[in-house]
Amino acid sequence: MKLEMGYINIHDIQFSNESKVENGVLYVDQDAVKKLVLEDENIKSVTLDIAHPGESVRITPVKDVIEPRVKVEGPGGIFPGVIAKVDTVGSGKTYALKGMAVVTAGKIVGFQEGIIDMSGPGADYTPFSKLHNLVMVCEPVEGLAQHDYERAVRFAGFKVAVYLGELARNLTPDETKVFETYGVKEGIEKFPNLPRVAYVHMLQSQGLLHDTYVYGVDAKRTLTTILNPTEVMDGAIVSGNCVSACDKNTTYHHLNNPVVHDLFEQHGKTLNYVCNIITNENVYLADKQRSSDWSAKLCRLLDLDGVIVSQEGFGNPDTDLIMNTKKIEAVGVKTTIITDEYAGQDGKSQSLADADPAADAVVTGGNANMVIHLPKMDKVIGMLDYVDVIAGGHEGSLKEDGTIEAELQVITGATNEMGFNKLSAR
Amino acid sequence: MSFRVVHYINQFFAQIGGEEMAHVAPEKREGPVGPGAALNTAWKGEAEVVTTIICGDSYFAEHEKDAKEQILAWVKELNPDLFIAGPAFNAGRYGYACANICKAVQDELGIKVLTGMYEENPGADLKEKVLMVATTNSAAGMRKAAPTMAALALKLMKGEELGASCEDGYMPNGVRRNFFEKERGSTRAVKMLLNKLAGKPFTTEYPMPSFDRVPPNPAVKDLSKATIALCTSGGIVPKGNPDHIESSSASHYGEYDITGVMDLTSDKYETAHGGYDPVYANEDPDRVLPVDVMRDLEKEGKIGKLHNLFYTTVGNGTAVASAKKFAAEYAQKLLSAGVDAVIMTST
Repeated sequence: MKLEMGYINIHDIQFSNESKVENGVLYVDQDAVKKLVLEDENIKSVTLDIAHPGESVRITPVKDVIEPRVKVEGPGGIFPGVIAKVDTVGSGKTYALKGMAVVTAGKIVGFQEGIIDMSGPGADYTPFSKLHNLVMVCEPVEGLAQHDYERAVRFAGFKVAVYLGELARNLTPDETKVFETYGVKEGIEKFPNLPRVAYVHMLQSQGLLHDTYVYGVDAKRTLTTILNPTEVMDGAIVSGNCVSACDKNTTYHHLNNPVVHDLFEQHGKTLNYVCNIITNENVYLADKQRSSDWSAKLCRLLDLDGVIVSQEGFGNPDTDLIMNTKKIEAVGVKTTIITDEYAGQDGKSQSLADADPAADAVVTGGNANMVIHLPKMDKVIGMLDYVDVIAGGHEGSLKEDGTIEAELQVITGATNEMGFNKLSAR
Repeated sequence: MSFRVVHYINQFFAQIGGEEMAHVAPEKREGPVGPGAALNTAWKGEAEVVTTIICGDSYFAEHEKDAKEQILAWVKELNPDLFIAGPAFNAGRYGYACANICKAVQDELGIKVLTGMYEENPGADLKEKVLMVATTNSAAGMRKAAPTMAALALKLMKGEELGASCEDGYMPNGVRRNFFEKERGSTRAVKMLLNKLAGKPFTTEYPMPSFDRVPPNPAVKDLSKATIALCTSGGIVPKGNPDHIESSSASHYGEYDITGVMDLTSDKYETAHGGYDPVYANEDPDRVLPVDVMRDLEKEGKIGKLHNLFYTTVGNGTAVASAKKFAAEYAQKLLSAGVDAVIMTST
């Protein structure tokens, strides 16, 4: 399957009376976007704001981050089974607005959303401080249950991202890149001497607002299966998560999955990138056993030499990570895993909730319990009401002077387990 | 004014002699001797070795108590800003002496210490107690070891925060520290996998600990006479979370009385847990802490009784060490209250 990605660099976002992309500037018609969001009767109101890199701005509580894209050629559309029809995506041509994102915010569960600081020490830990962000703070109608609120905000974000992506349809990309993987036999013939490598992508599916969707299907109701790596670039996987902000994979992460991109960098040179294997992180033991059995089974069936396993979340999913690793190594396929750590504020605790000697090649995104101090920002987009109870915060996290003392957990994307960042620990 | 350092070395590095002179008792000399000169050079005047203490390796091993006593007395009197020992490379008894004299100075005099040796030196067993720079296995590595030790020593004397072990060159000491790598995690993972596939050496960023698995106790013989307690990491607390248990990375647990409580209702109880959609738990907290069902079993005589206290915390992102500490404490309370069994619920 072959996909051509066209990148359109955005270096500014401005409100305007017409939505368009011109000379690298995204102009946004606020009324048109609001109208789109308010189509959903569960959303009472939406406030739009723009945050630029380097500004003294704090965005919180952040739910999701989404990169606008548009399918220009080939079957299907962006976010298949969610916004577009369910056709298989990942081939043809897709354009992406680079350097910007749509950020959805709102106090959905209060403690399961995160913070993005656009400057200061907090900005070093989140990749989203480097983007021009169109922030949508969505307020629910009265009495709306949290899971309905979550769904409403999730869809609002995707709709707006698709609306903005559509503005790029007739533009000429600043940069173009082609990604292609092959059928099993074709790949072996093409690269007879290269190790066969796949990406075992674990999807958060603990339920109760810890959910991921694949072509619109709730991942906790899926069996371990195979994707072409390019499918994720068209939004085959989206986030429906409200979990600790530091290691949840936002939709932006899924679209720009760094493991996929780095495996493509080596594809045909040092390795043969076969496919992605997606597997869930359900809470029931039977599900864990079945899903990890199937990961190992598919690795063996595909005659792989090695895999990279990435995790999402922590604690309970640590068991899925270790089960996958153990079983995949046991069928003779070598693993490298990406995780993060909860080693306590003093760094002295055991970092994962499970362990096994088979997991001998680990990449870490850092200790999420590390305490950070965030200065006051001139402007807050969203609300600070939840800083004390946010996962990683504590009673008194938000000081009277507007500064915040909390664990790194509170920062969106800080210890990402797809290996999106440079942060690590020893 | 520069920082004052006392340096500990063995008879070999003091050029007294090799194995045949390993019996020499401790002596002290003013200024640097042997490798101390390399440290002084690296410090460029910011710190200097004021005194060197020399002790034969066999003497230290065979008269450890006397050697320590003498050396501690000297160091106490000199009261330096730092006590540095070695580096010992792969010399076993020298490494043992460096590690142990450092530990004594640190523990008994409260003076900052640093040593260096090869990671497989027996002295490195103390790497979680004493800060140690990892060196090569032979003295040929002095050229590299001295500047690393000097830089780390200066950091300690200035009271600066340590970097991660791989940045500052010390052996992993059980304290995980964050730092920024040069490449993103996914790139590091691909490289690590390629090395692993090619049979080349690679270094894991997180060595797996030996995992603490607890075998379950034998089953309770007669439930109808047993006192059963409910405990949870699902965060059920009295409404308003009176003890402010954190929604994640909990620093403490709560103990609450349910004498006479037949059912946990949403007007009196809720969850403090930040790791899941709380709607269903808040609607009916029995879903996480099943007091209602336990009361039924109590009435039916299937269990002796439900213990009048329950213990609760939030499991979300809470360090294993914290969880272990909480449980060790309330397990004692349960034991002394005569509780026979516990039902532990998660979320």
